[in-house]
Amino acid sequence: MKEVKISLIGYGIVGHGVVEVLNKKRNILKGLGLDLTLISVTDHTGTILDDKGIDADKILSEKTLANVATSGMKGKEVIEAIDSELVIEVTPTNIVHGQPGLDHMESALSGGKHVVTSNKGPLVVAFNHLKKLAVDNDVMLKFEATVGGTMPLISLAERTLIGNTIYGIKGIFNGTCNYILTRMAEESIPYLHALSEAQDMGIAEVDPSYDVEGVDTAGKVVILANALFDMSIKYSDVSVIGITGITPEALSLAKKRGYVVKLIGDVPALTVRPTLVPAGSPINVSGTLNSAAISTDLSGTITVTGLGAGSIETASAILSDIISIYMTKPIDFYF
Amino acid sequence: MRLSMDLELQDVPGQLLLALQPLRDNKANIICVVHHREKKTPRGLIPVRLVVEMDRSKLDAIKKQLQSSGIALVRAGEERFIEAVSIILVGHILDSDLGDTIHRIDSTGFAEVMDLELTMPGVDEPSSAYIKIRATGKAEIQKAISILRQVSEEKKLLVIEPIEVEAV
Repeated sequence: MKEVKISLIGYGIVGHGVVEVLNKKRNILKGLGLDLTLISVTDHTGTILDDKGIDADKILSEKTLANVATSGMKGKEVIEAIDSELVIEVTPTNIVHGQPGLDHMESALSGGKHVVTSNKGPLVVAFNHLKKLAVDNDVMLKFEATVGGTMPLISLAERTLIGNTIYGIKGIFNGTCNYILTRMAEESIPYLHALSEAQDMGIAEVDPSYDVEGVDTAGKVVILANALFDMSIKYSDVSVIGITGITPEALSLAKKRGYVVKLIGDVPALTVRPTLVPAGSPINVSGTLNSAAISTDLSGTITVTGLGAGSIETASAILSDIISIYMTKPIDFYF
Repeated sequence: MRLSMDLELQDVPGQLLLALQPLRDNKANIICVVHHREKKTPRGLIPVRLVVEMDRSKLDAIKKQLQSSGIALVRAGEERFIEAVSIILVGHILDSDLGDTIHRIDSTGFAEVMDLELTMPGVDEPSSAYIKIRATGKAEIQKAISILRQVSEEKKLLVIEPIEVEAV
């Protein structure tokens, strides 16, 4: 049995999902020979610690850790002080400076701890730096959940499609934009109406600019370009147009000719823009779904689709990353 | 005169050569041959599109020769434009001189706006337009799109391009 002590940094929607999923799957994972124990959880209010494993039932009903924290330690202190071998970093994303996630990831990787994350910010700001830290310290940095949520994309390209040359990836990487465009097309409603509906349903944030201006999608384009195309690009290298200018009339005109309008991120073109997609295309998915078409030399075009966000769905991608660290031999093992 | 022809060939060796022979005999200059092996017709034939420079008066002779070789000539006509792209524009399309926007494409000589539909919900609200641009080839389509992007940037119009350029 491989015992793995884990620290969770960040206890928002995704953090709750992680606690729930690790708790729910604990016995199944033990059956696979993997004993995952969450020994610390940290948010902005403090940290709860238990070397024998934190009781999920005790904290899942708490929105923050304010009432249950056993220590005032902050994320970086926990990473440095606590004897965990893997850090799950799910603090809020900031793609301008990457903080606080960037500090957390640097500390963990430098300290010889694996990092699994859904936090795009640090990867957009410093992907190659973090990747080098991981390699230098002989640990892994896994980030499937940062692009397309539960939709397998990075592992698909890195492992399953290994041997293929990947020409490009085009896809719908933001569920909020896809929901708004879908509703506008279905009901011929204006953008602002569809946006307020999405906000009421909790699909769009009160300040939706990060999603609807294409910033989130562009962040994913940066991660894919750096991770899968060996590029070294920054956010400012991506040409970004969001969906705020789209009219219901534009969607009707497109529909009449057999098209839908989707916000498409394109690597290695490094563009994010509203794009006409043939209605019959496999990447034409509706609602909050994400999709991606990966064009390759040997396998043609592979299309994947799945839920791009959500607490449990994102936690699922995090769980797969954790398992893959311990249960999959690195590709270079074979060579 | 430049003509385009759509033929359907049987999927056996030598058919393309057989189809090109009448063109050679009638001194047609072949500009482009697109052999759609992947797009078989329901009868299992392979569509081939040819663009040729030739004397139009020779067309009947070519048709007869193709027929006698068992090759179906589905269509032949003056067709300079073999590629097309559908684009949606959003913004103040009329106020920013739609005529000029179209002229900037048409004046290239290699591309034209062939179809246009405009929707205007209100005087102060942005309008939306569907346009179809045809051009003499893939490279020319890309050039036409670049021109449209440039014009749209000047006029603050949003250009929604297709994920891939379609064949006509």
